[in-house]
Amino acid sequence: MHAETATTIFLNAAIVNNFVLAMFLGICPFLGVSGKLRTAASMGAATTLVMLISSVCAFAINMLLVEFQLEFLRLISYIAVIASAVQLVEMSMKKFSPTLYRALGIFLPLITTNCAVLGVALFQTAREYNFIQSLAYSTGAGLGFTLALVLMAGLRERLELSNVPTVSQGAALSLMLAGLLSLAFMGFAGLGGG
Amino acid sequence: MTPNVPEQITMDTFLRGIWKENPVFVMLLGMCPVLAVTNSATNALAMGVSTFFVLIGSNVLVSMLRNYIPKQVRIATYIVIIASFVTVVDYVLQALSPTVYEALGAFIQLIVVNCIILGRAEAYASKNGVVSTVVNGSGMGIGFTLALLCLGSVREIFGMGSLFGIPLFGEHFQPWIVMILPPGGFFVLGAWLLLFSWLRERKTKAVQGEAVHAR
Repeated sequence: MHAETATTIFLNAAIVNNFVLAMFLGICPFLGVSGKLRTAASMGAATTLVMLISSVCAFAINMLLVEFQLEFLRLISYIAVIASAVQLVEMSMKKFSPTLYRALGIFLPLITTNCAVLGVALFQTAREYNFIQSLAYSTGAGLGFTLALVLMAGLRERLELSNVPTVSQGAALSLMLAGLLSLAFMGFAGLGGG
Repeated sequence: MTPNVPEQITMDTFLRGIWKENPVFVMLLGMCPVLAVTNSATNALAMGVSTFFVLIGSNVLVSMLRNYIPKQVRIATYIVIIASFVTVVDYVLQALSPTVYEALGAFIQLIVVNCIILGRAEAYASKNGVVSTVVNGSGMGIGFTLALLCLGSVREIFGMGSLFGIPLFGEHFQPWIVMILPPGGFFVLGAWLLLFSWLRERKTKAVQGEAVHAR
């Protein structure tokens, strides 16, 4: 695992093993915020930022925990780090872009419970990535998440205008769409060297 | 339900989680584990039971401590409580069944961020007594497990031609591979949701039809 280059890891996390469409992490915001293109893009950016911060912190914390042989505290400390990172992003967003802050609403604090963020931290530990690899991994994961969100939002904006049977309106149709997107992403398999 | 007034325990407290407010099919909560681990019925069951345990454990603790947790830091407290229970489950499962643990991978630890558990803690356990929390929580947990099984068995039957690892069809069965791959998860869940919304629509229509007849 150590031999992987940063580029491979980046490509793998962003496209081949896309966090949303191949690994099913972060489905809640994926279905919840993908209604409008603009909101989706900013949600993706915010999540990427949180991922990056928490990945760096998780890396440092893991070093400390291994040093003192406290691995069983890993989960709790990761969650605490993520919660603080979200708080940080939330405060800065409130200050710099109040409109965006209102548009994202409840989904902003919910980044804490976005499995994708915790997933990045957990997977990078499990795969024993070094610092550069972790950085590449979290950026890739964030971009992949944003990509999936934006693609889905674009599709759903079209869907709003189309005439579908009433039974299939809402979540069911979104899931079918997500399935098709996921099928399309499977075409990238093998791109990053497996 | 008004806040801070404990609810009367009825049959509904329990049944709500299984049918009317089923966390997966109705409220669309906790989708990540639902889609990710349901490529076989065994995995689905293991995930359901683990989530059930964490849900009950953390909700009981939250309910017992509900008068002592300051309102401002409640979410953080809940998360820490949930994380402790998840760590317990993680180690227990690792000891009991290494194969299942390997198959579920990081998703056991990701139970922490399962919205169902935090949602129950915030919406129910923090306002109700221990007994009604257990009743409501078990309903939710069973509903979640059932939903996972619904998906897991359909995907395993189509994708591998077996159920709980037991082959169902003869040797000539051609597995429908896409079902156990990621897109299959989306498709099967979408199909279940379609079925449920069709049932609901039919029921509404029936009720309306009766109303018309009555006039």
